[in-house]
Amino acid sequence: MNLNGQEVVFYLLAGATLGSAALVIAARNPINSAMSLVATFFFLAGLYAQLLAHTIAVLQVLVYAGAIMVLFLFVIMLLSLTDLGEPVRRVTFSRVVGGAAAAGLLMVLVAGVSRWQATSVENLPPGSKAFGTLEAVGGLLYARWILPFEVVSLLLLVAMVGAVVVAKPRI
Amino acid sequence: MHLPGSQVAIQNYLLVAALLFCMGMLGVLVRRNALVVFMSIELMLNASNLTFLAFARDRLDITGHLAALFVIAVAAAEAAIGLAIVIAVFRNRGTVNVEDIRTMKY
Repeated sequence: MNLNGQEVVFYLLAGATLGSAALVIAARNPINSAMSLVATFFFLAGLYAQLLAHTIAVLQVLVYAGAIMVLFLFVIMLLSLTDLGEPVRRVTFSRVVGGAAAAGLLMVLVAGVSRWQATSVENLPPGSKAFGTLEAVGGLLYARWILPFEVVSLLLLVAMVGAVVVAKPRI
Repeated sequence: MHLPGSQVAIQNYLLVAALLFCMGMLGVLVRRNALVVFMSIELMLNASNLTFLAFARDRLDITGHLAALFVIAVAAAEAAIGLAIVIAVFRNRGTVNVEDIRTMKY
């Protein structure tokens, strides 16, 4: 098998992503899960950059690996859950069904992907800016997609107020 | 503008995303710690993002990047609300094991 540089990087990143994702769901200590999740997000950002999605890769590191994971770690340490892991690994009926469902979904997805034909467009439509840069994404976001953007900002405001209301013992 | 062809087939990215999604689903269905369940949901959201970006690269359509952007924003909102609910449940029940929280089940 002849591999060029881009393929080597892809297989390294994909293997690291899937390996750290497996650690997320396999680790007993929630702290270990959270740190594996941070690693997963970093490797995924590498995959995004390989897909020419530079802006989303940076946002992935800033928002996911930065903000969201700090929130997770704060909550884990606030609840001091380190000793509340699952002490015994019991094989229950619901776990068997869950594993079978996940395996079945994977089979369906793999079958679907293998039947799919790539379009592999190589030329950008005329007049568009460089692909995946902040300029291109921002130009589209603040022109045609301005209303969804504002709705999402409203959603974040509602989530912020809602989180305070839910987590506070009494207002 | 011409872009250099991707050396890696888009199918490979889609397969990685499918594996990642199924791992997240396995975590949601099998794990009992509510925080780990939330982390598995984040894995599934990231798998969908990877799919959006792979198709955006395949068709050279930047709208997929905007979909990924919105998914990231919604995931941030979901994490904030979900973790607040976990804190509230822990304060009332003293546990985050999803098998012990079953008042609404019957």
